[in-house]
Formats: sequence, C-alpha cells, structure tokens
Amino acid sequence: MVKHFLSLEWKSFLRSASFGKSLGIKIFMGFIALYFIILFLGMGLLLYPGLKKTFPNKDPLLIVNSVLFYWILADLIFRFFFQKLPVMSVKPLLQLPIKRRDIVNFVLGKSALSFFNFLPLFAIVPFGITLIVKDYPTSAVLGWMIGLVLVTLIINFLNFIIESFSAETELSILPIVLLTGGLYALNHFNIISFNEIISNGFNAIYNAPLLNLTLLIILGILYWFNFKLLRQKLFLDSGLKTKIKEVNASNLEWTKNFGDIAPFMKLDLKLIWRNKRTKSSVWMLALGLLYGLFFYPQPTYQNLPWFFVFIGVFSTGIFLINFGQFIPAWDSGYYKLLMSQNIKYEQYLKSKFTLMSVSVIILFVLGIPYVFFGWKILLAHFAAAIYNVGVNTHVILYGGSFNRKKIDLSQKAAFNYQGTGAVQWLIGIPLLILPMGLFALFYFLVGFEVACLIIAVFGVAGIVLHQKLMRVITAKYLESKYKMINAFDENK
Amino acid sequence: MITTSNLSKKYNNNLVLNIESLDIPKGQSFGLVGNNGAGKTTYFSLLLDLIQPTTGFIKTNNIQVNESEEWKPFTSAFIDESFLIGYLTAEEYFYFIGELRNQNKADVGALLSQFEDFFHGEILKQKKYLRDLSKGNQKKVGIVAALIGNPEVIVLDEPFANLDPTTQIRLKGIIKDLAEKKGVTVLISSHDLMHITDVCERIVVLEKGEIVKDLATNKATLKELEAHFTN
Repeated sequence: MVKHFLSLEWKSFLRSASFGKSLGIKIFMGFIALYFIILFLGMGLLLYPGLKKTFPNKDPLLIVNSVLFYWILADLIFRFFFQKLPVMSVKPLLQLPIKRRDIVNFVLGKSALSFFNFLPLFAIVPFGITLIVKDYPTSAVLGWMIGLVLVTLIINFLNFIIESFSAETELSILPIVLLTGGLYALNHFNIISFNEIISNGFNAIYNAPLLNLTLLIILGILYWFNFKLLRQKLFLDSGLKTKIKEVNASNLEWTKNFGDIAPFMKLDLKLIWRNKRTKSSVWMLALGLLYGLFFYPQPTYQNLPWFFVFIGVFSTGIFLINFGQFIPAWDSGYYKLLMSQNIKYEQYLKSKFTLMSVSVIILFVLGIPYVFFGWKILLAHFAAAIYNVGVNTHVILYGGSFNRKKIDLSQKAAFNYQGTGAVQWLIGIPLLILPMGLFALFYFLVGFEVACLIIAVFGVAGIVLHQKLMRVITAKYLESKYKMINAFDENK
Repeated sequence: MITTSNLSKKYNNNLVLNIESLDIPKGQSFGLVGNNGAGKTTYFSLLLDLIQPTTGFIKTNNIQVNESEEWKPFTSAFIDESFLIGYLTAEEYFYFIGELRNQNKADVGALLSQFEDFFHGEILKQKKYLRDLSKGNQKKVGIVAALIGNPEVIVLDEPFANLDPTTQIRLKGIIKDLAEKKGVTVLISSHDLMHITDVCERIVVLEKGEIVKDLATNKATLKELEAHFTN
C-alpha cells in the first residue's frame, strides 16, 4: 500500500504543471535549505568550544539543556508558519478499497520525514560527537541525543494539532500566540518554571537514558491524537470540504472621491483584504516599517548614510514592491472578464498606481519616528518616498506588462512563489539598487544633502511626467493583451 | 449586426476554425452546436477579441473587433467561470459590472428584481463569495451579469450546462424574451440539442472548425440535428 502512495506522490511531484517552470524557485529554496543546514552544522560544531570558552566553569551540556525550552518555543512558532501537514489529494482515494487508517498513517508518517525534523540533527549530532570525544559517557550522550530527536518529533506532531485548531478559529494565529506566549509568560514570571523542568528532565535523561520512554509515550499520545483528528476529517462533509467564510461586506463609499477609478479601487481593496495571499502583503507592511530598526540602532550603520536611502526605499515601498510586482497577475483569474468589459485600461492601471502611491505616503508618515535616530534618516526617507512615488511605481507597472504567470488567489501565502518569474527578480534592480547607487555616487562626489536632492528630483520628474508615462505603460499592456490572456488562461 | 469574413484561427498549423462568411442579423437568437473541439468557444473568443484571428475578421455594428474597442459598450458575455471575480459577493459583482457599464445601483437593482425567480433565493443576500457558490449558482450570476447595461449583443457559452431543470426552463424564457421583444442579438452554444432548438431561431453546426449546416429552426430541425450527430 505504501508503495502505491509513494509512487502517487512521486508522480504528482514530477508531473505537476509547475514542475520545471519553477526550477529557479526550487534552486532558490534549495539554497535557503543549504544555508540553514550550514548554520545548524556550524552551531553543532562550535557550540561546545564556544560555551567552554565563554563559561569555563560550567558544563556546556548543562547550559544547552537549560535553554532547550526556548528552542522548543521557537521551533513551534517557526513550524507553525512554515510547515504544513503534507496532504495528498485524498479525495480520489476515498472510494477505492483502501483503509482510511492506511491513508492517515501514510500522511502522518510522511510528515516525520519533513526537512524541519532533520534540520536539528545537523546541530545535535556534531555536538553529541564532540561530547563523546571530550570523554562524556557514550551511552548517556546517545540517550540524550535520542531524547532530542524524540522532542523534535513531538514538536512536529504538536504543531499539526495546533494548526488543526487554528484552522477553526477566525484569527488563525491566536492559538499559537496563546500557547507559546502563555508558556513563555508562565516561565518568565516564575509561576511554573518550564525552563527548569525541561532542563532537569534532560539532565535526568542524560543520567538515565531509559527515561526516554516517557518522551516516547508523549509522542505516541500525540500521534494517536493526530490520527484521531485526521481520521475524522477524511469525509467529504468535514475536513475535505472547502471552508466557506461568511462575508463581512463594507461598501467602501469613500472611494467615490477617487472619481472614475473608484470601481477599480474598491475591487483592489477587496482583493487585498479577502484573499490569503494578498492579505499577507498587508502584514508585510509592519515588517517593512520596522526594517530600519534592524540597522539604525547599530552605530556601524549610523556612519553609512548612503545606506539610509536603501532602507528608505524599502520601508516606504514595501507594499509597492510586494503588491506591485504581481500586477496584473492578481487579476489573472478574471482577466478575460476585464478584457471584454467596457473599461479603459488606463483607469485600471491608474487605480493600482494610486493605491501604491498612497501606501508610500502612509508608510513614510508612519516612519517619521525614525527621526529619533537622526534628521538625516528622515531626509533620506523623504527623498526615497518621493522616488518611490515618482519612479518606482511606474517601473513596477511597466514591469507588470511582462507578467505571464497566473496567481491562484485562494492559495496560502508563506513560501508561495506562484506567479514569480524572472521579471520579479530583475525588477528589484531598478527598484532598490538604482536609487542606492545614484545616492551613493552623489554622496561621495558632493555630499549628503545634494544626494537626497538628486533622488527627490528624479521622483518629482516622474510625478510631473506621470500622464506621459502612463500612456506608454498602457500601450505596453495593450500590446501584450493576447499573450497575457493566453498565459492566465492556462491551468497551472 | 455581426458579420464574419474569411475568419480562420490556426494553432501551430492546426486549423481550429475556418469560417468563410457568416452574417447574424440584429435581434436574431443564434445557436451554435458541435462536438468538443468543433470551434464554438474559439469563435466566441474571437468575437470578444480575446484571441487574435489568423486571417479575416469579425465586425459587429461595422466595428472590426480586433481593431477598435468601440464594440465593448454594447456587447456582453459569459464564457466560463473566469468571467467571475471569486472574492466578491453576487451583489458586489453585479454592482461592479454595473459601474463598468455606467449603471448606478438603482439601475442594477431594478434589473436584478426581474430575476428573483431565476435566482431562486440562492444568489442575493447570501453573504457568500462567488468562489463559494455551487457551479450552477455561479453560472446564474454570470448569465445575469451579462444582461446588465442593456447590451445589444449577448454571448453565452454553454448557458444550460450545470443548471437545474427549473432554471433551464426559466433561462429559455429569458433568452427568447431578449431576442423577440427587446431586439437583442443573442449568441449561445450548447451540447443540448433540445434546448437550443427550443430557443434559437437559427442553428449553425460546426464540425472541425467549419460550418456544415445552417438551419432556420422549424419542427423538423431537432430530428435533423439528431440524425446529423448520430453518425
């Protein structure tokens, strides 16, 4: 039976419509995986000598045990966002003579082979070997390592339970926030010191490896619980039924102020708010806005004013980049409708332009507190915002006319590269690198203020030439109309 | 109203449509039948300028569709679900189409009120997005949306598929009414010979992209069509 499932999985991988087309993305993901592997490997190798050097009087193993609790919390959060239960398309299997039990076991078993479960091994194994080399008792260290592997698997299955509860609540991140936040708070305020419990637990496992049986029992219970949950869902009217959310309609009357582009503005706002993938680009706003906080508090970056513009363009333009790069693919699902309707292409594009420009202004205003780190930063951000409105909006709209990749709006958001093509990577160059390069050039040649001025002048020029640029862009879209309809019509 | 001359469409040297000449007068209810791959949807797509012809052209009201966009204000269509916007509710979708066709909410509301029977209480005020409606209900929405804004040409691809019997009968009434009383040129395609002979005053049979029959509907038409498709 498992053999059949495996061959189905393999075929679905090889024959998926996007296979090959998205090879670049697969390579990119491969690099990310490699990066994490190296990171963990390095951690595993350097942990022992590093800890020994920093805390010469303490046992590195005890130190590691004492922070395991935080690792568990972090792993849970990370997995919640990035690991999903590997569901096969089970619908066609249901009416075949296959026991439901087998299907569930296969799905759960497959999840144990996830990359997320192997990643910790890259740190655990080298660290364990170092311990053995340093004359720790071999059997105890092995027991400790097995314990950690069991905990990894426990986290794996705990995550799916959390996710299955999240799926039923309106605010899907609430359960994980409550759980991890609650555990952290209980621990932090010393109400129940999980940190100590887990630390002592692992010290005990180290001393008596048979205690791993407890972990095994916990794992068994979680597996059983998952089994129960999944089994219930294997009916057409429960888990496999697509969820229908009730609409919370708002009429967005205020968009009337935008005149003839109002219908499209309304449509775009609903598009953003009612689809998972686009909704996530709204959350990215927060990330973009706080991006500067990674850099500005550090004195190193304080002395690199030419870098300010890069952060300025990024943090005021995060929505522009995120949303803009997939114009018009956002509308790919109903592109034929738009093309046969009584619309002016220019209005359609202008609505997108307005949306992006407004987002830049809002993000700039929200970013004003950065002035705390120096007025130069605010000035650079201001110039960057003007550049975003004047230049980047047009560049990204123009780039959109080369867009040939369909986006299925109902798909999940994180790590979803559907619709991404070479255009999306290439467009980053003029958007981010060009203004930074220009700025750096004038900064070193003349000075900070002049460099800001140059960037702003480019932006203003773009705003002045807006009508002309839009005509060029519209012509470009009209030219690629049939190609776009054809590409968006393909099922992939 | 609609004239087609020397129209052909090739995909990689594979001729999928080849119509030398076809004239559809104003106010005619025109039916297109043919097996899968006969070229029905290709013809409609060419009529709506969604694909480019290899040779020839279609003119509606003397406007060549692949050169000017002036045909858009008086033409509307529902080809498939890709004409629906999944994340809108039915009302929002109707109003959106209305806005594109210069109809205010009251106009659209007045039109919708005529179709309460047709909707059968399953479309309006449902608090559901279109993507969550059943296939049949989606089709109802698409068809009615194609009627917004008093179009002179309406194109419906396979309007009867996925509809329940009651709705099929109501839809036939609507289509007949449009052509007979309002002078609208209605173009539909169907695999259901019975429905299409009921509704259309003229039926064209396509086979591998070519017109093989052009019939004015009468009592014998259904028999004739059935005979044609039997062999």
